[in-house]
Amino acid sequence: MTDLSANPAGGGAPAAKTGGSLYASDARTRRRNAAEKRFRIYGMIAVGIGLAFVVALLGVILVNGTRGFQQTYLTVPVYLDPAKLDKKGERKLEDIKKVSTFGYSPLIDNAIQKILADRGIDGTFEKPKEYRALLSASAAAQVRDYVLADPRVIGETVEFRLLASSRVDGYLKGRVTRESIARDKNISAAHLDLADGMLAAGLMKKTFNWAFITGADASESRPEQAGMGVSMLGSLFMMLVVLGLSLPIGVAASIYLEEFAPKNRFTDLIEVNISNLAAVPSIVFGILGLAVFIQFAHLPQSAPLVGGLVLTLMTLPTIIISTRAALKAVPPSIRDAALGVGASKMQSVFHHVLPLAMPGILTGTIIGLAQALGETAPLLLIGMVGYIASNYPDGIASGFLDPNSAMPAQIYEWAKRADPAYYERAWGGIIILLLFLMTMNIIAIILRRRFERRW
Amino acid sequence: MPVLWLFLIVIALGAIGYFLGRQRALASAGGESRHLHSLPSYYGANAFLWAVAPALLLLAAWLLIQPLVIENRVSGMIPEEIIEEGSSRSLVMSDVRRVAEGLDIAVEQGAMTAEEANSLRAEATDIRELLGGVGVALGAEVRPEVLNAAQRYRALSSTGRWLMSGLVLVLALGGLGLAWARSDKAFRARNVVEASIKGLLVLASTIAILTTLGIVLSLIFNTVEFFRLYPALDFFTGLTWSPSFGGGSQLGILPLLWGTLYISLIALLVAVPVGLLAAVYLSEYASSHTRAIAKPMLEVLAGIPTIVYGLFALLTVGPLLVNAFGQEGLLGVAWMKGGTAVMTAGLVMGVMLIPFVSSLSDDIINAVPQAMRDGSLGLGATQSETVKQVVLPAALPGIVGAILLAASRAIGETMIVVLGAGAAAKLSLNPFEAMTTVTAKIVSQLTGDADFASPEALVAFALGMTLFVITLGLNIFALYIVRKYREQYE
Repeated sequence: MTDLSANPAGGGAPAAKTGGSLYASDARTRRRNAAEKRFRIYGMIAVGIGLAFVVALLGVILVNGTRGFQQTYLTVPVYLDPAKLDKKGERKLEDIKKVSTFGYSPLIDNAIQKILADRGIDGTFEKPKEYRALLSASAAAQVRDYVLADPRVIGETVEFRLLASSRVDGYLKGRVTRESIARDKNISAAHLDLADGMLAAGLMKKTFNWAFITGADASESRPEQAGMGVSMLGSLFMMLVVLGLSLPIGVAASIYLEEFAPKNRFTDLIEVNISNLAAVPSIVFGILGLAVFIQFAHLPQSAPLVGGLVLTLMTLPTIIISTRAALKAVPPSIRDAALGVGASKMQSVFHHVLPLAMPGILTGTIIGLAQALGETAPLLLIGMVGYIASNYPDGIASGFLDPNSAMPAQIYEWAKRADPAYYERAWGGIIILLLFLMTMNIIAIILRRRFERRW
Repeated sequence: MPVLWLFLIVIALGAIGYFLGRQRALASAGGESRHLHSLPSYYGANAFLWAVAPALLLLAAWLLIQPLVIENRVSGMIPEEIIEEGSSRSLVMSDVRRVAEGLDIAVEQGAMTAEEANSLRAEATDIRELLGGVGVALGAEVRPEVLNAAQRYRALSSTGRWLMSGLVLVLALGGLGLAWARSDKAFRARNVVEASIKGLLVLASTIAILTTLGIVLSLIFNTVEFFRLYPALDFFTGLTWSPSFGGGSQLGILPLLWGTLYISLIALLVAVPVGLLAAVYLSEYASSHTRAIAKPMLEVLAGIPTIVYGLFALLTVGPLLVNAFGQEGLLGVAWMKGGTAVMTAGLVMGVMLIPFVSSLSDDIINAVPQAMRDGSLGLGATQSETVKQVVLPAALPGIVGAILLAASRAIGETMIVVLGAGAAAKLSLNPFEAMTTVTAKIVSQLTGDADFASPEALVAFALGMTLFVITLGLNIFALYIVRKYREQYE
């Protein structure tokens, strides 16, 4: 500002000397106005870039992720041949169990061949075995489980809804093309022609994929089978630990620091620690978890309990900071009034200040939980990745202590796998994760709007 | 789960204590609560606390200390000569623990009785096969010394458990009895209860200190261990990073630091101009309507988990950049070989940091008093001149602090670089080449199957230490700048 007035040389001669009209702006004013406009446009561009990134990010997630929620199924009536499944004919469970999935695959192959012939779809193969590329490797296991659950069905023809293989599924979704499979050993163009035919005949259908939301993770070669369900449970148990520990500890610490702590070195030390912990990279918390909880305390690896403990330590600073703000917002007159009618300091805090601060505390806690839910890096170090979460926990204790994955860890795991079919799952997983985060944030906003008091 | 049961029993005793204490206090006042020193519930709470707190403290301390004591006693039993070349006492001890655990499981599943487990002889039975049968896989044959140690381990553990249960219950009952005996109308129950609640509050607030302590100790111990195996000078000045688990690895940190700083630099080049200009526009120019929409929209970026950005870098930005700068790309320059590169990770990290920079700068710009803007405008300056020459200089220390905080975020970020930056440690100036960072290498060194005693795994702790020191230093420096150069208005 000062150099503006002191440095007229930069702006040419002052307007008065030129003797021009006030209505006609001189060169210097025009330049300054142009600079003003430019600056404004820079600002708009910056905001625009930021918003464009938001839109691009969400758009990419939606476009790629919605595919994960659809899955192709084949509906095939399979004749459960007694000659193959139960050679002795005694319908004993032990005998039937001896037939492995390899015994079931030919039945499915034959069933496909038969129905193709019945419906008159072209492009059948010579060898029934070739149809296997259309189906997920899990199909035989699905039929086998069905038979083992009720051996009386042997000899009947039962209609099965079987998962299509990931290549076929990807072809119907547009991910796999005829060019891209040119060097693929698992499938040929003839299979894709057949898939087109079956789709037209209504044998193959793309439906909403509930199994993706509720199912378990699958091994690397069966992306069509993988689901988020088990890792969602893992995240749930972790969040229970985080909520159960960080809320009471965080609130207790904030009450002490805000209401009771004397001003001394010890208090200062605590304050410095809290603000520093809030800025420590999350991976360092992972190192802490590995060294203290797993190496030193020998807690089980990959367990949601350990994940929850690490995330608790990470969320504590967030919760403490927001709780202190909420406590600070309660006016001193409330405390004075309580003390005035004979309450002790402790009673004034627990009976009056804390209830009034509760909406703010809960809002902060929910936001802290949302952060913890999306956090991945520390989970990598305590072994929640690289583990195939294929079993549902069978009880509360096993939910906390048995190895499991968590939603972000599961997404990372899928992103690392080589098969592009997993990328679609990863994006789909992100949609689920973001839905959870959105719900939590909306609840926090509603709580704040509804209960926050202005004093 | 006996510990859980013990815990529940202690809590139940506390609950009984609550009612007993309350009743006795009321009875001593003849049923008239007005004659009591404190409210009746305080007498109950007093009894509850006396029953529960000492017992649970003992329980926690015992659970922490018992394994250490047993470990010490048992590890003394292992003779020097059975520790093989290249192995260590701690490895043998982990075998012992595993065998003991296996025996526990075998007894639990009914594969053998408790007496059988104690009288097993390694010479007579194939322990490995036996434990394999109950689902505990062992790496090698079990030596008789290891089996003996494992049996001793089990024996000590079970006596320890019994002793612990007994002492905890006695303590709980004793505390309950003491509090019950003291529950009298003149007893100042409220003061005692409030003092102990205050104790709990102090305890909760020391967790922050304990966490920092835990971080620092776990980093320091393992880093010292690492420097015992690998010279510190080579670590800090080495120009090559090539870990090989067979031995003879070169673990120089410089390529990793270079990758970290390069990626952070690109991220800041994206985030600082965009974030700062957006903050200026939103706080100085935008109508309140635009602000109400654009600000929360930008903050959406801050709420998205980093794994999403990582995936975005790996699957969207990387291929996009390859399409532009790769071979047969739109620009035909062939600078880029693969999707993972410094540029990919840097750009995406920049996007992640935009809301961080903009919301921090927004707060700082809003803290500049309106009178200064009015003064400048009144002298005839345009709005942009006011921003550039009055508001920004006044807000500068805060903005520099915000940028430093953003830098510390960028340096500590993990998921984006793990997925987007590549795995090769290189010292190169080409931003389209794959490089790796400190955080990415911490992940890769600690998620492998390496044993924790090898320098290749321990180096991760040294890397973590470096990272911790750098980010902490940046944060303290940022705070220092803000405090030192802050303009005090009013």
